[in-house]
Amino acid sequence: MAHRWGMAVDLDRCTGCEACVVACHAENNIPTVGADEAARGRAKHWIRVERYWEGEFPDARLKFRPVLCQQCDNAPCEPVCPTYASSHTSEGLNAQIYNRCIGTRYCANACSYDVRFFNFFNPVWEKPLHLQLNPDVSIREQGVMEKCTFCVQRINAGKITAKAEERELRDGEINPACAQSCTANALVFGDLNDPDSAVSRLSRSSRGSKLLEELGAQPKVTYLGRETWQESGDPRRG
Amino acid sequence: MADRLSSDLLRPVFQTSRKYYALVVLLGGIVLCGLGAWGYQVYYGFGVTGYNWPVYWALHETNFVFWIGISHAGTLISAILRLVNATWRRPVTRCAEIITAFALMIGAMFPLIHLGRPWLAFFLIPYPSERGIWPNYRSPLVWDFFAINTYLLASLLFLALPMIPDFALIRDRATGWRKKVYGLLSLGWQGTPKQWHRLESAMHIMALAILPIAVSVHTIVSFDFSMAVVPMWHSTIFGPYFVAGAIFSGIAALIIVMALLRKAFHLEGYLQPLHFENLGKLLLLMSLLWGYFVFNERLTAWYGNSPHEMNVFWSTQTGAYSPLFWTMVLCNFVIPFPLLAIRRLRSVFTAVVASCCVVVGMWLERFLIIVPSLSRKSLPYAWGSYTPEWTEIVIMIASFASMALLYVLVSKVVPLISIWELKAGDQPRLGATASVHETEAAGELR
Repeated sequence: MAHRWGMAVDLDRCTGCEACVVACHAENNIPTVGADEAARGRAKHWIRVERYWEGEFPDARLKFRPVLCQQCDNAPCEPVCPTYASSHTSEGLNAQIYNRCIGTRYCANACSYDVRFFNFFNPVWEKPLHLQLNPDVSIREQGVMEKCTFCVQRINAGKITAKAEERELRDGEINPACAQSCTANALVFGDLNDPDSAVSRLSRSSRGSKLLEELGAQPKVTYLGRETWQESGDPRRG
Repeated sequence: MADRLSSDLLRPVFQTSRKYYALVVLLGGIVLCGLGAWGYQVYYGFGVTGYNWPVYWALHETNFVFWIGISHAGTLISAILRLVNATWRRPVTRCAEIITAFALMIGAMFPLIHLGRPWLAFFLIPYPSERGIWPNYRSPLVWDFFAINTYLLASLLFLALPMIPDFALIRDRATGWRKKVYGLLSLGWQGTPKQWHRLESAMHIMALAILPIAVSVHTIVSFDFSMAVVPMWHSTIFGPYFVAGAIFSGIAALIIVMALLRKAFHLEGYLQPLHFENLGKLLLLMSLLWGYFVFNERLTAWYGNSPHEMNVFWSTQTGAYSPLFWTMVLCNFVIPFPLLAIRRLRSVFTAVVASCCVVVGMWLERFLIIVPSLSRKSLPYAWGSYTPEWTEIVIMIASFASMALLYVLVSKVVPLISIWELKAGDQPRLGATASVHETEAAGELR
């Protein structure tokens, strides 16, 4: 059976440490743009930890929500791309084909989760940072959109290994950089087509909900939390 | 009488003053600055603009929609006026059709300018490819590509057809290389009854065909926005709203251009206050229609009270974008309405003032549709704002300069008022019945 990759994000476990963000940058060759450009809104974080405050000081509480591409089944970014740069893979990923992208940025406008990023300049790594680049991930040039891939290079590598060893993929064998680095195990990745996988079990949890579910994009990331979130950022008391 | 008319209107084609060259150099310089700014943007990267996450569409897209809107001046208005046989249209149609052709060319530049990798723009063209990679026909941007090219082709035909007899007129008066060039352009026009008949049928067919094309073009431009599930974009009203706004800004642009031509080429005898008054009435009608659409759009969003939409709604009504919003209302309705509605106030001058306001207001409208929605999308964490950098501002100024430059250049190629149509108005060629019909039609519009 074909795979259908998905993720569960446990908001009750997330500590907001942002290790996932750092790991994602390192794994996927995402350049840092510097303080000035970041202040202008040009930072590229394929995964980000959104922070929302509730209540007034001194009873204020801080809540974290890691947001990455939701790999929607009914992705609004895909039909709007004039060149099929944004397209669906057979395993349900929203792939971004850099070579086809001409940079209309329409996909980013159509995406309700704001998880697509535009390369405003050619990426630069100051020496010796260029030595840390991941050889399995292509570098994106100026004018191209990029986004979370669920670390497709790791998915492919895992599949190749399993095939070489003539066995089925095991649950938990493949992990994107963010899930791998999450100390609190808040991010769980796996195959949604396997009903016994950890991610499938978590996705069925009564604590689960989808981000902006009402927009009908059918995301494959499930958020778990005792309190449900409102899109305005104020959590509804559960 | 008819001969004076020809020499009056052909004078700009044959005589060139020093001021003319100065103007061409000035406008050409501004256009070169714009090309330079675009080159700068391509070379260093899109980051030299004010674009950012999440406002990925801003000034370039505003100008795109604005210029495509301006293009509805011409063809649509002149097609309607031709079809209802309004005789007062005769000196107006060509001015309007030229605006259409040039505004479309300028507008169509912006989808190229806004690309991250404009050197790959040909990916949008369904060229034969053994790899079988075709453009994505589900994308509104591909619909744009076809809609705009269809409209451009149709409006160039619609512009060129009634030029043929005037080209022949220039051919007959010119000498040397000009005679040869205009001989080719006039396509062997001799003015035989058969040729006249064919010209009139062809123009009638084009006038009928171009109406649905023009309406569909701006509807499809509106689909760029309304197809996306973005707060305040995802609205069924956008098609007619955009078309009405396009005609609105188009008429305003036409009035401004006519007033400038009138002064520059001393055409007071041809572009009379009557023309400004009639176009002013059309502008008044469109102002009311525009107000109606904005009221509808705002009321339904407010009454529906969806949290995503209300964030955008309040940012334009009372928030950061409210100064622009209320300036737009002032420019599109509050100022032009009394100027055009009160009979005592009607004059060429007030029509031009109202039109300038409308052009500014409609530009703001395009901006306010695009930017506030993108800066207030569904997730509050990703909210942002937008301030333009000099790059896109220079490109925008250059787009206005290129409109002026193209207009100035075309005045050397063809009379800006259709000579044969004016003559046909003076001496009805089609016989008594036709002229009675025309007078009636003119009377109704008056």
